Amino acid sequence: MKFSAKEQAFRADCRAWLEASVPQAPLRSHNTRAGFFAHVAWERRLFEAGLAVVSWPEAYGGRAASLMEWLIFEEEYYRAGAPARVTQNGIFLLAPTLFEFGTDEQKARILRPMAAAEVMWAQAWSEPNAGSDLANVRSTARRVDGGWRLTGQKTWCSRGSFSDRIYGLFRTDPDSTRHRGLTYFMIDLDQPGVTVRGIHDLAGEEAFAEVFLEDAFAADHDVIGAAGEGWKVAMATTSSERGLSLRSPGRYMATADRIIQLWKDGGADPRLRDRVLKCWMDAQAYRLNTFQTATRMMSGGTIGADSSFNKIFWSEMDIATHELALEILGPRAELLATAPGAVEGGRWLHDFLFSLAGPIYAGTNEIQRNILARRVLGLPR
Amino acid sequence: MHFAFSDDQLEMRDLTRAALGRVCGPDVVRAAWEARPAGLWASLAELGLTGASASEDAGGLGLGAVDWVLLLEEAGRAAVPAPLIEAVAAVPFLEAAGHSDLAERVALGEATVALSLGGLALDADIADAVLRVEGGVVQLVSSPTLTAQPAVDGARRLFSVAGAGEPLAGDAAALLQRATLATSAQLVGLGRQVLDQAVAYAGQREQFRKPIGSFQAVQHHLVDAALRLQFAAPVVHRAAWSIDEGDPDAGVHVSMAWLYAAEAARLACRKSLQVHGAIGYTFELDLHLWMKRIWSLAVWGEGADHRERVAAAVLGD
Repeated sequence: MKFSAKEQAFRADCRAWLEASVPQAPLRSHNTRAGFFAHVAWERRLFEAGLAVVSWPEAYGGRAASLMEWLIFEEEYYRAGAPARVTQNGIFLLAPTLFEFGTDEQKARILRPMAAAEVMWAQAWSEPNAGSDLANVRSTARRVDGGWRLTGQKTWCSRGSFSDRIYGLFRTDPDSTRHRGLTYFMIDLDQPGVTVRGIHDLAGEEAFAEVFLEDAFAADHDVIGAAGEGWKVAMATTSSERGLSLRSPGRYMATADRIIQLWKDGGADPRLRDRVLKCWMDAQAYRLNTFQTATRMMSGGTIGADSSFNKIFWSEMDIATHELALEILGPRAELLATAPGAVEGGRWLHDFLFSLAGPIYAGTNEIQRNILARRVLGLPR
Repeated sequence: MHFAFSDDQLEMRDLTRAALGRVCGPDVVRAAWEARPAGLWASLAELGLTGASASEDAGGLGLGAVDWVLLLEEAGRAAVPAPLIEAVAAVPFLEAAGHSDLAERVALGEATVALSLGGLALDADIADAVLRVEGGVVQLVSSPTLTAQPAVDGARRLFSVAGAGEPLAGDAAALLQRATLATSAQLVGLGRQVLDQAVAYAGQREQFRKPIGSFQAVQHHLVDAALRLQFAAPVVHRAAWSIDEGDPDAGVHVSMAWLYAAEAARLACRKSLQVHGAIGYTFELDLHLWMKRIWSLAVWGEGADHRERVAAAVLGD
């Protein structure tokens, strides 16, 4: 378990570019309109440097890096304190589905502009009555000449207020129930029949949106997989979401290093020492487990239900780390970015609030535990 | 970066698991509370376990820690009532310290060695040599005065060791690293076993006319235990690799392995006991044989020193 010379050279390349290029002053939150577009500008620089989607084929703007090299890129990205990835709903969640189920035409048309942040994507999985119970989708699509007419309501679309397109499931067979009769669509938000209403999250930012559709149009070439096969196609995306691509170890290793520094800067309170150490060790354990998973995947294996272990682990680790950060900060922890006395621009508080969403999004941790109980432990229904 | 066991290593693990199922089933572990199981040490030698860390010269297979870590996990799964951790830790040390005869006899299952750490040594009364690790030095206690110290795990016959010791030249830190890694590996195996027992029980025990394993509250207990074991195992495996590579951080990695394995195994006990309900809280069910081994191994050895070692390296204090 040593990094190869090629992997080390790749790391050095990434590090050099990131150290020279990451903005000195942090960008405004990517969940605000101004901040979002500042992040889009950053994404375009990243793409020009060939670092936006390192693991993709060169034809789509990548550099055909291995899964292990992608993990290395992520470590370097977060180590450098680079901005949040506003392209993530596209490059990490939709793209794996397109690579697996998309037509050549779809891949040629969609992937490069996605990676280059020319077209911004938001996921549209949930509906008001289809959250953890995703198969309860009610939104419908009706066949028309050359495509489909879509009607219904999607919600919790990440940064939907600022995005160009969404993807999600619609019921194309009106007589179907549950996971049958669903179809996977990609939809333009800028068209008649689509209304986007921003929702302010716990931090007070427009982090997600509701999307109302009334006879909105989607062309046939914006269906992924066959009509009626949407559930199977969607599950491929959710397993990559819960697996490695959404939250790589680099993010938590960087946070662990930051909290050690915060603790030291605050006088290294011995009462908090063991918990600081645990944050660091958990990030390492997550990294080691990821290396084992990645090795298996690079040898032709799949991530399978193990991805649910990852989701629970990182989301609970992230909350524990940020709760500890607030304790270290003490009375200053409650200060917002606008407060002159805020530490690090209020980032710990902001990220604490975001960490609380971790056990909820991408399949609640209760759903993940149900999956593990049945598929890994083999417990009865 | 390639972080996986080879097919050979996995095959050896599977063979060991199957063989231990034959020579060291729960009945053997239970019987070990009454008397030491006759012939067990020789059976373990035949499986290559007593000489798992021995060089070929000393009657072993010349395996590395990466090879034997999985075998020690299996020994943990079987709750083997024998001084295996001691053998794995001490044999390479004895070879290097000029006691290659003893090393070879241990590897071949003809002798045992006891290791006094923190004042207590397992099976010191029958050991051919009692080693005491103290202040970074390994001593041979040639005429030890032993006092039996009955412990929670009746299959662990512990003794306090008194008497003069003769310092042996050798790498005491490496001996301790092997002991800690072997303990960590056993804890992972033990933890998996108590989890498996609870999963099996939850699948057949019915209440409210359903298997209790169909209830989410029960399922989530078991998943929580599986989760911590899932993330402890790679930490243990990395420590094995670091020992073989002579990584300067091997000591830190081994200590981290112990912290994660002990925590995960303890949690597995809690969850397994809870899922078993009252029957788990009895001497009748085998579960306690495994839980008590976990509680013993999770405090044996350097204990809290492991956290200090990692903290010093990571927090620089």
